[in-house]
Amino acid sequence: MSRDISEARGKSAAADDHSEFVSITVAGQLFGIPVLQVQDVLGPQRITRIPLAPPEIAGSLNLRGRIVTAIDLRTRLRLPPLPEGQAGMSIVVDYGGELYSVIVDQVGEVLSLGAGTVERNPATLDPIWREVSGGIHRLDKTLLIVLDVARVLDFSARVEAA
Amino acid sequence: MDDLLSEFLTETNESLAVLDLELVRLEQNPNDPALLGNIFRLVHTIKGTCGFLGLPRLEAVAHASENVLGKFRDGEQKVTAQAVSLILASLDQIKSLLAQLEANESEPAGDDSDLIARLNALAAGDAGPAAAAAVVAQPETPAPAPKMEAKAAPAQPVLATPIIEPEPEPAPIEAAPVEAKEAKPKDAKEPRSEAAETKESAVAAQSIRVNVDLLENLMTMVSELVLTRNQLMQILRGQKDSEFGAPLQRLSHVTTELQEGVMKTRMQPIGNAWAKLPRIVRDLSHELRKKIDLQMHGAETELDRQVLEMIKDPLTHMVRNSADHGIEMPAERAGQGKPETGTITLNAFHEGGHIIIEIADDGKGLDIDRIKQKAVATGLASESDLAAMSEQQIQQFIFKAGFSTAAKVTSVSGRGVGMDVVRTNIEKIGGTVEMKSHRGKGSTFVIKIPLTLAIVSALIVECAGERFAIPQISVVELVRAAANSENNIEWLNNAPVLRLRDRLLPLVSLQELLKLGKRADQPSETFIVVTQVGTYTFGIIVDRVFDTEEIVVKPVAPILRDIGMFSGNTILGDGSVIMILDPNGIAAGTGEITVSESAKRAADTAAAKGGTGGDLTSLLLFRAGAGAPKAVPLALVARLEEIDRAQVEHSHDKPVVQYRGKLMPLVTIDADYQMRNEGRQPILVFADKDHTMGLVVDEIVDIVEDQLKIEVAVDRPGLIGSAIVAGKATDLIDAGFYLTRAYNDWFGAQADGEFEGEKGKRVLLVDDSPFFRNLLTPLLSVAGYEVTTVESADRALGLCEAGEDFDVIISDIEMPGMDGYQFASTVKNASRWQNTPLVALSSHATPKDLDRGRAAGFSDYVAKFDRDALLHTLAEALSAERGAA
Repeated sequence: MSRDISEARGKSAAADDHSEFVSITVAGQLFGIPVLQVQDVLGPQRITRIPLAPPEIAGSLNLRGRIVTAIDLRTRLRLPPLPEGQAGMSIVVDYGGELYSVIVDQVGEVLSLGAGTVERNPATLDPIWREVSGGIHRLDKTLLIVLDVARVLDFSARVEAA
Repeated sequence: MDDLLSEFLTETNESLAVLDLELVRLEQNPNDPALLGNIFRLVHTIKGTCGFLGLPRLEAVAHASENVLGKFRDGEQKVTAQAVSLILASLDQIKSLLAQLEANESEPAGDDSDLIARLNALAAGDAGPAAAAAVVAQPETPAPAPKMEAKAAPAQPVLATPIIEPEPEPAPIEAAPVEAKEAKPKDAKEPRSEAAETKESAVAAQSIRVNVDLLENLMTMVSELVLTRNQLMQILRGQKDSEFGAPLQRLSHVTTELQEGVMKTRMQPIGNAWAKLPRIVRDLSHELRKKIDLQMHGAETELDRQVLEMIKDPLTHMVRNSADHGIEMPAERAGQGKPETGTITLNAFHEGGHIIIEIADDGKGLDIDRIKQKAVATGLASESDLAAMSEQQIQQFIFKAGFSTAAKVTSVSGRGVGMDVVRTNIEKIGGTVEMKSHRGKGSTFVIKIPLTLAIVSALIVECAGERFAIPQISVVELVRAAANSENNIEWLNNAPVLRLRDRLLPLVSLQELLKLGKRADQPSETFIVVTQVGTYTFGIIVDRVFDTEEIVVKPVAPILRDIGMFSGNTILGDGSVIMILDPNGIAAGTGEITVSESAKRAADTAAAKGGTGGDLTSLLLFRAGAGAPKAVPLALVARLEEIDRAQVEHSHDKPVVQYRGKLMPLVTIDADYQMRNEGRQPILVFADKDHTMGLVVDEIVDIVEDQLKIEVAVDRPGLIGSAIVAGKATDLIDAGFYLTRAYNDWFGAQADGEFEGEKGKRVLLVDDSPFFRNLLTPLLSVAGYEVTTVESADRALGLCEAGEDFDVIISDIEMPGMDGYQFASTVKNASRWQNTPLVALSSHATPKDLDRGRAAGFSDYVAKFDRDALLHTLAEALSAERGAA
């Protein structure tokens, strides 16, 4: 996987109007995270629960000596948890010098998407989804939501309201 | 070689290397104030250090350079190539002097007046090209330029050109940048080794400076290694008689040692940063003709190396400032009734996940008027702005860049380098610096640095299947509690408590506090971690207790900072992440206030505003007799008991009960109160020395934390007054009154005999809280003292002026207006009472407070509610006085 990423990074310099995304799946929906923000992709991990933390925070884990906070994307998007027995994968992103691990169902390949396929968020999209979406890409068979990592990690306002 | 000297050489050589680069950059960006500030500071430090070490030649050269740089900084002179060359030349001169210093351990004889004259001329504003050309002709610095170029080149090779111009030998310079690009370290050294007097310092080479990033990297690798080791050990356990057994065992040991070693490389005691301060202060006091005593506490407090490096200079600056600006001349001090010798106190300690460093002096404090003038003069604030500011806000101006209140610029300080840099450096590592200053009394700076990477010893506990670390420093003891054992958790309403050696310990369930969810099986036994925060002791209920481990504290992710219960997280030896509990946070979470500086200050402010603020007190609520519910501070109650009515006997018509092999008198809330005729009767046991007394009550209601604010004073004996506790009007009983009754009725004669030696001694009690005045007065009276009480320090000083005399003074610390520390220093410095022993009484009795109290002039420090200690301390203070007299 890491080779995929580095290759993709190499390519992105060449293609001007194309952006590279690591594709992820959550509850059947395709999302993309800009490849430059992705540090690592992990399999199932041992996660330490953090008491009193917002529900979206699954806990923290040890990534080669660094403590990484894990965010459950399903909870963040108000989706039911993964069925018992199924383990998710984690995608590690860097935000403000801190590492966060976003737990998703599946991590797919790196996609290079042109600016031509971008759509704005439809007005009917669920507000929570709209909050974390940085736009929609029309792919051949499906739609890809670009995840705005900063917005995914910023749930402080909503926590206070709740 | 002298440690101080070798450190100076290492440090100065480093600074010079940085300066070379920075100066060249400055030439490119002559208007960059940050760059200029940095250069100025480095030269200032070199100059300062030379001065303290008694190196007049070096100091003179550095001083002249600093003057020129000062002109640059103030915009009085333009940064030109010639000027920069001249400064570089003076730096080379410093280097050559340093090299000789290193060889001979003394400054070479010689004269730099030529160079200094040119620098002074430049500062005065008449530098010509001739001056720059002359630089090169300096006999002691042959070809300084090639070296500079080689060093500067890798970063910005283009920069070279402007400097080369006045240089008569262009050839080697042209070559240098190109080569330097290829192999920088090697080529950079070569020209230097040729020039004998500027060769690489041998001392600097003795110790290797390693980039902290490299250490961080090593640490990460070691963590990985530990993980792998643990996996291997796990596999090994599954196999019998494996031939890998012995080598793996060795691998395991080596790994552990490696881990410890790498961790150690990062930690240093703060004393390392302080090592040269005594010398600096000594030399300063000679130079300034002041008498200064430097006291250092907590030198062994360990700090992360990186953090230590960052605060080293700020600390030196601050101590220097205290000595130079803070402490007055001996004559002046004597005139104000202070001891001639001024004191600068450095104090370092760990507190609640932070390292606190205090720098205090008993000098003249900040001059508010001068700060105001200066703020207006420099355009930082207008007169009307200042009028709206508090004294505290005005004092903060000293942290602004270029702000100096020193009337004259001395060679020690006063150029406006300092407090702004101090603050910038401390904030860079996520710390804060606060300052308190009282005119005529001195200033205190408090630096608070997060414990980001410090290693602490922690107790690992488990609760509801999760593991947590509790810093060992807050853990007093561990108690195993089981239903059938001696230690059994009891419940007061919904509040768990534990009887622990005649004390009632409030308990906190970690499971409830952290909302961990119930355990399926009810544990047959639990453990109680007895924890102390300030003077507040409480127990944390956990399921299991493991070992203690040395952990590296890492800060929690920003996203989790709002959760006050954790001071950080860490990775254990087995690779799992674990949260570190913050005892301060837990205490705060249970309603008990924290004892941090800020909380204390907030309380002070609140008290000053209207006397309504106050500390939270644990109160035991109970019902006895008619009327409102009653309350008594929990700390006064030794035990809660239930007695069988049938056990009550009568002696001299007074009820008594046999209790722990002795007769314990029972006291009722008032004369009309009737005890139950049968069944069980709850009593509150108050204990004083060997004597115990039972107060008969109807029912124990609850334990609450509340502010103790007496709303209505009551004349009835036995009651202090009425207060609102937990939303209800409640009578606060005067425990002292009931103790008196018990003593007078039962132990009167004995009590008199016991305290005969102290009989008739006059005690002055200064406390703003009527509660404590009422509580302590009968207690002290019973012990044979003649008690006078006043509610403020001002009143007490009034008595002093009125000619009253006392044998001992007891004073509260937190009081509105003049606080206890100020009161103590006033009494000790300039009053008739200066030989009267002073005892401090406070709810905050940490070692730090103790030191502070001693510094202010208190002979001893007693925690409120600790009656035994108070009586003991009084007796001791009086006997010490007798001994002295």
